Amino acid sequence: MDGLNGFDADLGYLALALPFIAAVLAPLLTRVMKSHAAWLLALAPAGAFWIFLSGLREVAEGTVHRFGFEWIPSFDIDFSFRLDGLSLIFALLITGIGTLIILYAGGYMKGHKDQGRFLSFMLMFMGAMLGLVLADDLMTLFVYWELTSITSFLLIGFDHTREKARRGAVQALVITGGGGLALLAGFIVIREVTGLTSMSDILAAGDVLRQSAAYLPILILVLCGAFTKSAQMPLHVWLPNAMEAPTPVSAYLHSATMVKAGVYLLMRMQPALGDTTLWMTILPAFGGVTLVMGALLAVRATDIKITLAYTTVASLGLLVMLIGVSSETAIIGATLYLIAHSLFKGGLFMVAGSVDHGAHTREIDKLGGLARSMPVTFLAAMLCALSMGGVTPFIGFLAKEEIYHAVEYADPYYIAIAAAAILGNALMFAAAFIVALKPFVGSMPAEIHDPHEGELRIWLGPLVLGVLSVVAGLYYGVYHEFFSSPMASAAYGEAVEIEIGWVPHLNLAFALSMATIALGIAIYVGSAALRAVLSRMLAAIGWGPDMGFDQAMRGLVRFASKVTNLIQSGRLDYYMTTVVVAVVVALFASMWLADGFPEMPTIPQIKIYEWIVLGLILLGILAVVIAKDRLTAIVSLGIQGFAVALIFMLQGAPDLAFTQFMVETLSVVILALVMTRLKLSPADHRPLREKLPDALLALAGGAGFGLFLLAVIQTPFDSTLSDFFERYSYAIAHGRNIVNVILVDFRGVDTMGEIAVVMTTGLAVLALIRIRVGRRGERTIDPLEKTP
Amino acid sequence: MEVALCFVVAALFAVALYLLLSKHIIRMLLGVVLLGNAVNLLIFTNGRIGPIAPPIIPDGAEVPLEAVANPLPQALILTAIVISFSFFAFLLVLAYRAYQDLQTDDTDRMRVAEPEDEGLPPLGY
Repeated sequence: MDGLNGFDADLGYLALALPFIAAVLAPLLTRVMKSHAAWLLALAPAGAFWIFLSGLREVAEGTVHRFGFEWIPSFDIDFSFRLDGLSLIFALLITGIGTLIILYAGGYMKGHKDQGRFLSFMLMFMGAMLGLVLADDLMTLFVYWELTSITSFLLIGFDHTREKARRGAVQALVITGGGGLALLAGFIVIREVTGLTSMSDILAAGDVLRQSAAYLPILILVLCGAFTKSAQMPLHVWLPNAMEAPTPVSAYLHSATMVKAGVYLLMRMQPALGDTTLWMTILPAFGGVTLVMGALLAVRATDIKITLAYTTVASLGLLVMLIGVSSETAIIGATLYLIAHSLFKGGLFMVAGSVDHGAHTREIDKLGGLARSMPVTFLAAMLCALSMGGVTPFIGFLAKEEIYHAVEYADPYYIAIAAAAILGNALMFAAAFIVALKPFVGSMPAEIHDPHEGELRIWLGPLVLGVLSVVAGLYYGVYHEFFSSPMASAAYGEAVEIEIGWVPHLNLAFALSMATIALGIAIYVGSAALRAVLSRMLAAIGWGPDMGFDQAMRGLVRFASKVTNLIQSGRLDYYMTTVVVAVVVALFASMWLADGFPEMPTIPQIKIYEWIVLGLILLGILAVVIAKDRLTAIVSLGIQGFAVALIFMLQGAPDLAFTQFMVETLSVVILALVMTRLKLSPADHRPLREKLPDALLALAGGAGFGLFLLAVIQTPFDSTLSDFFERYSYAIAHGRNIVNVILVDFRGVDTMGEIAVVMTTGLAVLALIRIRVGRRGERTIDPLEKTP
Repeated sequence: MEVALCFVVAALFAVALYLLLSKHIIRMLLGVVLLGNAVNLLIFTNGRIGPIAPPIIPDGAEVPLEAVANPLPQALILTAIVISFSFFAFLLVLAYRAYQDLQTDDTDRMRVAEPEDEGLPPLGY
């Protein structure tokens, strides 16, 4: 690995491990300390935050820290991390907001019986997300990437007794997990084609990727990963459905962190993959559509949490669009907006949770007049909403000014992007105030009883984030120096200076900003009417990607069911046919491949009585096949069995002959006993068209075994083993009957196994006879029971 | 003799497989018995048919004095006969109990574990 450049790698590992350590402790601590455990658990992200903050000055000056170790050297895979402007600011957002969220969850989930599990999942997710943004090696990144998908599945499905929560969880896992697999494929292509294995490699050799022959597949696969995670249309459906999760999850995963993973990836790879025509077309197209559609759906929603979810979709669209534009100003705008969004959206989600907590509803029509009873929440909500609306001196204003600077060109490409930005921002302005203003003003509906302010931990988070939004805007010099500039520099690929301040200058960008706010106010005023129109439009269309997801999943289940039914038909004759065909193929194929077909044998010279015995066998088995009644079949079976015993007898195997005689006698007796109790004919019931293929298959099988045996006996015989037994039977084992000595001595353990099998079978037979298996509860009379 | 036995083994296998391909448990049962004999004879023939003296060491001798039949396949077959008999007995009782409960020995109608029309698995979440 590279040098550590002064940053203590152990501290880096500690910061990465802290959330996971806390996750392990969470259930135990919660059991002991109830909801107060959150205070203690919040120390983990706070500690990590402090560690990252201590590295801020160096990173802001342009230092890049790398640390890690070899993970799978044979595949050239490392477990390595990279701390630069981009990843550090992300890490600060994750741990900083994470600290507030853990506290918030402690208050919000107070008294919930599974709070320990919840906090544990939240901290696990935090650890995964932290690893994702810090990872340097591509495989390390992928592991953390999928870990966020899995932990978010657990969090969305936290309330797993509700079907909607389960659906949301499955949907999120299928979409983001599937995107993760595409990303893995993309990483593998990058490794195979260019030999680059880490983000640092990629950033150092950007042109290699852009000029690679595999640029298109790499781009598509990476975008699949980023677009699913960052909820770009039409893959956005999982995000609104993820609102089934408890509000702390939404406030954390679906505002500041997980949904930004895709944006992070695009920012990270922008210097290497970006600045091509494809990049500058695909990203703004998807982002622009997502921005406008998401913002429209946000205004249309009636649940304030769903409204926020759609504004998040829209914001992600805006970010993707700006990254796609790739110019320096656009990247700066994206950076400023990303930080601002993390702060105000996290805050607003927490506000939505507080409103839900205090007024027991999230329906916008049923909310109003809460300002008096929830003044602190109202204050926090207004701070966040003003930032979201882009009002000076909030950091949302800085972001929006920069965005408009990036698009103020008289070129169709930029005009289209500017139009999308203005429309989307205006709609989001309206949505911000629908969520943050409407529930607090006006008259309070009668259904709301006893609204109340939450405890300290409930309002602390949104208030801190709201205040930070304005403080960072006021002291923009410090903000730019330490936070936005380092991040934008890493995302742009070279050092950038950000100058935008909260004091407005009369220029085109400011005019666009004012137009946005004016349009936003108009939409806010007419939001009820707009909502009605949009609802009617959606009802008229009637189909959406959400429904499409259900259809796709049902199709998958149907397909799987069809395939299963095909392979596992549940019909024994199909299975048997398959087995026999496989045996026939194996026999003939092995002989054919090894060129081992037997030579033409000579006519055997054997004695007349041997002919008779062999003839008896053939006669017996023929009679078994064509027998029309039970007795003939049983007797014929006995005949061939005794004939086989005779062969053993004639060929120097008296032990075998005696055993065979005994077993055949027993078989015939038992068979006769049981068969007489079955009102069944052993005759063949199959019609000829089934008999014929079966007969052909059976003949092929017989021929296969016969030819194989013929081929074997035409090879020279290796008598080593037999000679050994003959020589040592008496010398070592002191037995004169060699066959017996082999059984009880040389292969004694084997015989023990045989005895065990016979005993087990005997027990099973006994159990089958004794235990009554009544069909549908009926008791069946067992005639065998009376036989001794 | 070996060549003749090859043909007998082929015939035994063919008939055993034919019976096993039937849809009726009774016939499959007969097939299992035949299959056991077929396999035993296969092993026996594989060990070559030669001297017909049983593999026994006479009193006073350390090793067989004359050429004896190959003892190894005999030992293997002795195990196989017993195992296949217990297998047969178990299958017979199983078929009998199945017949008692289901009133059929037709495998197409024995579909308690894998019902014919199972329908689709649940399509919800």
